[in-house]
Amino acid sequence: MSEPIALKLTAKDFKSDQEVRWCPGCGDYAILAAVQQFMPELNIPRENTVFISGIGCSSRFPYYMNTYGMHSIHGRAPAIATGLSVSRPDLSVWVVTGDGDALSIGGNHLIHALRRNVNLKILLFNNRIYGLTKGQYSPTSEVGKITKSTPVGSADAPFNPLSLALGAEATFVARTIDSDRKHLQSVLRAAAQHEGSAFVEIYQNCNIFNDGAFDQLKEPATRDDFLIRLEHGQPITFGKDGQFCVVHPPGGFGLEVRETAATPAEEIVVHDATVTDPAYAFALSRLPGLDLRNTPIGVFRSVGRPSYDRVVQEQVATARATVTETPERQLAALLGSGDTWTIL
Amino acid sequence: MTKQIRQLDRVVIRFAGDSGDGMQLTGDRFTSETAQLGNDISTLPNFPAEIRAPAGTLPGVSSFQVHFADYDILTPGDAPNVLVAMNPAALKANLADLPRGADIIVNTDEFTRRNLAKVGYQTSPLDDDSLAGYVVHPVALTSMTIGALADQDVSKKDAERAKNMFALGLLSWMYSRPYASTLRFLERKFAARPELVAANIAAFKAGWNFGETTEDFAVRYEVKPAKMHPGTYRNITGNQALSLGLVAAGVRSGLPVFLGAYPITPASDILHELSKHKRFGVVTMQAEDEIAAVGAALGASYGGSLGVTTTSGPGVALKSETISLAVALELPLVIVDVQRAGPSTGMPTKTEQADLNMALHGRHGEAPVAVIAPKSPSDCFHAALEAARIALTYRTPVILLSDNYVANGSEPWLLPDVESLPDLRVEFATAPNGEDGTTFLPYLRDPETLARPWAVPGTPGLEHRIGGLEKADKTGDISYDPANHDFMVRTRAARIETIPVPDVEVEDPDGDARVLVLGWGSTYGPIGAACRGLRQRGLSVAQAHLRHLAPMPANLGEVLRSYDRVVIPEMNLGQLAHVIRAKYLVDAIGYNQVRGLPFTAAELETMLEEVLKNV
Ligand SMILES: Cc1ncc(C[n+]2csc(CCOP(=O)(O)OP(=O)(O)O)c2C)c(N)n1
Ligand code: SF4
Ligand SMILES: [Mg+2]
Repeated sequence: MSEPIALKLTAKDFKSDQEVRWCPGCGDYAILAAVQQFMPELNIPRENTVFISGIGCSSRFPYYMNTYGMHSIHGRAPAIATGLSVSRPDLSVWVVTGDGDALSIGGNHLIHALRRNVNLKILLFNNRIYGLTKGQYSPTSEVGKITKSTPVGSADAPFNPLSLALGAEATFVARTIDSDRKHLQSVLRAAAQHEGSAFVEIYQNCNIFNDGAFDQLKEPATRDDFLIRLEHGQPITFGKDGQFCVVHPPGGFGLEVRETAATPAEEIVVHDATVTDPAYAFALSRLPGLDLRNTPIGVFRSVGRPSYDRVVQEQVATARATVTETPERQLAALLGSGDTWTIL
Repeated sequence: MTKQIRQLDRVVIRFAGDSGDGMQLTGDRFTSETAQLGNDISTLPNFPAEIRAPAGTLPGVSSFQVHFADYDILTPGDAPNVLVAMNPAALKANLADLPRGADIIVNTDEFTRRNLAKVGYQTSPLDDDSLAGYVVHPVALTSMTIGALADQDVSKKDAERAKNMFALGLLSWMYSRPYASTLRFLERKFAARPELVAANIAAFKAGWNFGETTEDFAVRYEVKPAKMHPGTYRNITGNQALSLGLVAAGVRSGLPVFLGAYPITPASDILHELSKHKRFGVVTMQAEDEIAAVGAALGASYGGSLGVTTTSGPGVALKSETISLAVALELPLVIVDVQRAGPSTGMPTKTEQADLNMALHGRHGEAPVAVIAPKSPSDCFHAALEAARIALTYRTPVILLSDNYVANGSEPWLLPDVESLPDLRVEFATAPNGEDGTTFLPYLRDPETLARPWAVPGTPGLEHRIGGLEKADKTGDISYDPANHDFMVRTRAARIETIPVPDVEVEDPDGDARVLVLGWGSTYGPIGAACRGLRQRGLSVAQAHLRHLAPMPANLGEVLRSYDRVVIPEMNLGQLAHVIRAKYLVDAIGYNQVRGLPFTAAELETMLEEVLKNV
């Protein structure tokens, strides 16, 4: 294969002519800018890139990308994108969704896309609220959250999106934050390189209905002590001075945070996103507390498994390889198969 | 012993037994033998929704009716001339349908006290005079089969199971059927177990020989071949024909067919059939639910495939929101609804036409789609091609309303010449269409078809965004402009309303009919047979049948108004009649029945005779 020609695209090439209409200050702007700046790096022609979304503030995203795009219906983007991706494996298909879109109305499609390992890059903008419908609680809102639809506090327990994705057999699972462009782009890069479904949760601030939801992870005073930046092959330590670390206590089921100073170096878990057993990534996904302390970001899991698209296309290719006739003659043979009789 | 041979012009046989008795297969084989002989045929299977209802019970009865004749026939027959009853339940469940004088062949071995009690017979109907009006042939089918296979290398259970082949052999003898195709079939079916091939063939031959030798069957019948159009035929069910029509649509359009489906009776067989045709580039996906199935089909259409989804009524209800999206996106999409008796799970293996309202109106907003319906099993092939043609040419969802009756019924199909099938090739947009030569206007329409360009991802220079939000005319940009919305809603309506569809044809051989019977979908056969019956008795009646339910044929209003009375028989409570009355201000009268069964020609004939008397 010859070297691909450098397309020399820039962020500007990915901006559509549509006026961006999110609320001023919305985290979605930062994500859009990060994505537009990142896309040229993939060196994929714009016409071969498709963004498909559901409904929600986040789902307006495709209108602003100068690629092919579809703003579909609430929760169904993974299903629609599956049909496109399977039938057009030459395309790079991205799904943009929100916490309500992906985890409430569209929960079924999300888990099935992940289990099938459809070649989709799924970006879930998690603002832990319904933005577009003006501020009801979502399936990622904290218990007790006061919103328009829960004046005395929500009664239902939230999903942990990464735990859910892992339970759904996701082969690639990552988390990042709207405000950290460099990190966001590093996660996009890993996602884009993954064959199969890549599930990326992006913490996104809705400054109108759930402002400051992720402040502890952003404020200089707290962020270093709260955030665990996962890096493949590196021992998991964090904190301003690396004072915390993650261990797998013998006899325990999951991972726990310890003081680095009191922990023998060999007990500190070395991050390996390629561990086949999803229990490891799952344990990582369970580290954060209600106050967002111990929140890992980065790639939790990245394991190989043939994509659904590939398997389906291979079945078709295998069947087609046996064909020697023109489609018309093949059809005539098919129509005339089975017990036939002729009347003269 | 030489036996008397009697000529018949038509026969209706019903094979009935327990779900485990292999009656569908028996009926199928008999049909195939009959087809080889050149009779015209129409068949109707009838099976329980339960996979294995308790053995020997009434809910467990499965039957297969075949009607064959030396002339062209339109229905599987109102009433059987012959009932093969493999057990007491089969007898009890079907007796009411038999006219006096009919032949009943019963498997006496199954008429045990226990089996009789299971279906509430106090005494055996074979021993009292309850079957006095019929010609009963008691045959110890099971024990004779076991006896015939005594020296075969099979278990007693396998031997017993071959009793349906004994029955088939007997019936094949009775009606002088050529059986080479059945022997070939058995060799194929049991290829992996030669001992079963031998056993089943032996059982078949034992049944045949029994007919030849026993005195109980004194007469043998012949039904001469029907005069049919020259050509090559095969017997086909509606679901098979529909599947092949979709494959053909792929070939004739040059597009890959993508089927998204979620299993549901009676549509699943289309998914099964299409999943075998990967050689044609057909991709099938068993989705997680009906919403995903139609979503994936729409996604595939967006990418340049012919997107298809197949389901039954409950599934269409789930797909409704996505169909409306397809209306807004103006992309091709074929939605097949194999109707069954509703609401809710209703009677999933029984037929009904009660989804017409949903097909025509069951969406939010003004969301018109094209709707068509096949009139017979083999017509499903052409209806599928027509659905694809409209979807591709006019970039619209098309709902194809089949039903359980045509889907599972079968008839001979004159194989079409592939080259004569409609040319469905489409042109994708490849270049900007704006006046400046550089912009692409995704909603700039073809003035003739009102279709918008189909610009598939991967086409350089035509990158654009589409979505469910209202679009500005031509540019497709988001628009909340009141006048634009009004314009777009009316344009989407006009898009469907102006699709040219063939005029409805009226069959009125006497030319002086004052009553028109209007039907749609699977009622074509019974209505046609009823009209024939009336005409044979010197009465005039006209028949018109709608394939296109949206848009309706341009001449329909004129046709309706030229008769004194319009009668609309439907297997629903008057859904088409309602539309006709509203649209054409014609005082049509409905004849409605929702029993999960097709109309019989006789009931329609009686009803129409009444109508004729009163005009
Ligand atoms: C079938 C359907 N039900 C409900 C809605 C209303 N609706 C639109 S967006 C939305 C929730 C969006 O929340 P989320 O997915 O978190 O997106 P955000 O706006 O927060 O980005 C709802 C309930 C709809 N558009 N369609
Ligand atoms: S409501 Fe919230 S999520 Fe939606 S655009 Fe405004 S700030 Fe962003
Ligand atoms: Mg949200």
